[in-house]
Amino acid sequence: MALYSEKVMDHFRNPRNVGIIEDADGIGEVGNAKCGDIMKIYLKIENDIIVDAKFETFGCASAIASSSMATELIKGKPVSEALALTNQAVVQALDGLPAPKIHCSVLAEEAIKKALQDYCEKNGVEYSHNSYEGQPS
Amino acid sequence: MNIYLDNAATTKMSRTAIDAMLPYMDAVYGNPSSLHSAGQTAAEALTRARQQISHCIGASPEEIIFTSGGSEADNQAIISAAQIGRKKGKSHIVSTAFEHHAVLHTLKKMEKEGFEITLLDVHENGVVLPDQVEAAIRDDTCLVTVMYANNEIGTIQPIEEIGRICRARNVLFHTDAVQAAGQLEINVKEQNIDMLSLAAHKFHGPKGIGILYAKKGAALTPLIQGGAQERGRRAGTENIPGIMGMAAALEEACAHMGDNSRRLRVLRDQLIAGLTHIPHSILNGDAEKRLPNNVNFCFEGIEGESLLLLLDDKGICASSGSACTSGSLDPSHVLLAIGRVHDVAHGSLRLTLSAENTEEQITYTIKAVKEAVEYLRSISPVWRDLVSGKRDFIIK
Ligand SMILES: Cc1ncc(COP(=O)(O)O)c(C=O)c1O
Ligand code: FES
Repeated sequence: MALYSEKVMDHFRNPRNVGIIEDADGIGEVGNAKCGDIMKIYLKIENDIIVDAKFETFGCASAIASSSMATELIKGKPVSEALALTNQAVVQALDGLPAPKIHCSVLAEEAIKKALQDYCEKNGVEYSHNSYEGQPS
Repeated sequence: MNIYLDNAATTKMSRTAIDAMLPYMDAVYGNPSSLHSAGQTAAEALTRARQQISHCIGASPEEIIFTSGGSEADNQAIISAAQIGRKKGKSHIVSTAFEHHAVLHTLKKMEKEGFEITLLDVHENGVVLPDQVEAAIRDDTCLVTVMYANNEIGTIQPIEEIGRICRARNVLFHTDAVQAAGQLEINVKEQNIDMLSLAAHKFHGPKGIGILYAKKGAALTPLIQGGAQERGRRAGTENIPGIMGMAAALEEACAHMGDNSRRLRVLRDQLIAGLTHIPHSILNGDAEKRLPNNVNFCFEGIEGESLLLLLDDKGICASSGSACTSGSLDPSHVLLAIGRVHDVAHGSLRLTLSAENTEEQITYTIKAVKEAVEYLRSISPVWRDLVSGKRDFIIK
């Protein structure tokens, strides 16, 4: 189907990091009211590094591929880098998305931010999009 | 396996239809409006096709006009009826909430031009009742337009009774029979139909050609201005190959309608029975008052597009809602009209059969859908919440 790039179809057919993390350090769930899609991200963070990321998605192929790609992009990265992840980076890594499907990648960015915010709140770290103080106590 | 289960979107052309077209793309290329013999040969073919088609639906040849398909026929029927109504000071139109967009968007346009539109409720089973139509008709009603069969959920509407009511109340009755043709009997006289739309590509004919039937005396407003073709009701040199293919396809479909429908109903019901076994699934639309080829389900906890693409990987061409709405994020207006909530309406799957499908394909499809639904549920946070009791199931 030419609707999506090969990359999108690959991540849709064989999504990386599907599942949950029982003892997650941060969990973020977001939804898009219009299309009804819902995305949930689980993060395991050790020493400021995202050592594991998992997702569950109720949604279209591009939502599934976006969450798969987004988790790939932040795994092994420091929290500050993960916070800087943009939906454009996800779109680019997927070799593009059709215009009506760009919002699916936004959902992935939001879900990761929300999981990181959850992590920060749980660990008494100040959360902000552009300034991350690093290393929780 | 390669299984085509999207015959409500469009059908494969029949050999008969292709063979009927070929000479008109080759040796017989005259313009039917030309007086020379090449033109007149084409004109004779056109006359023959018009007779064939009118015969299939119980109309007279001069009541048939050729259009570019179902959408154009729907547009012209509504615009014409509104024009007739306006001349008599009537400006109210009755229709249903789940018509095809070719009807609904034209009604919206008429609303902007000052017409008042009443869209009737179609209930959970997807069938409008004649009594509702009776109650909605007012002194200033100029048109009732109700589809013969719905394109997404396949439910069949009581058009004969609706037509009778419209006759008695002296209101024009149009029906979009695009999905019904070739599957259900059409007789415009017996069914009290004043205007009717058909599209050839839904009954194994070519794309881009259709008809509008308008009973004698119902003045049509041309949408396309120009030459005097179609007796001034639709300008432009006729699409002769398309028309010949359509006439042959309709004749063939009508000749085999009984046998095909019987066979399709068996396959349809096998498919429905198989998919019903998937937990938290529901058939959309009445189980009996439905087209012999239509199956439409909602599966809770998953989204239709993903399901569609997984099935495509397994060689199955299916649809989630109608082809025209893919690309839009909103759930199907048809599923919303029968009361499905957003969450559930998103998880819809339409499978529409043709005579080419086999029992083996149905068995394979049931298995493939089951596997795909189970997989998508296994990665769905919504499904997890449903199973863990955090959220209540909507489909029991
Ligand atoms: C019920 C109904 N009406 C109208 C149409 C439009 O027909 P066409 O695509 O030939 O314009 C379709 C099919 O797309 C249909 O299913
Ligand atoms: S359509 Fe909304 S997330 Fe993909």
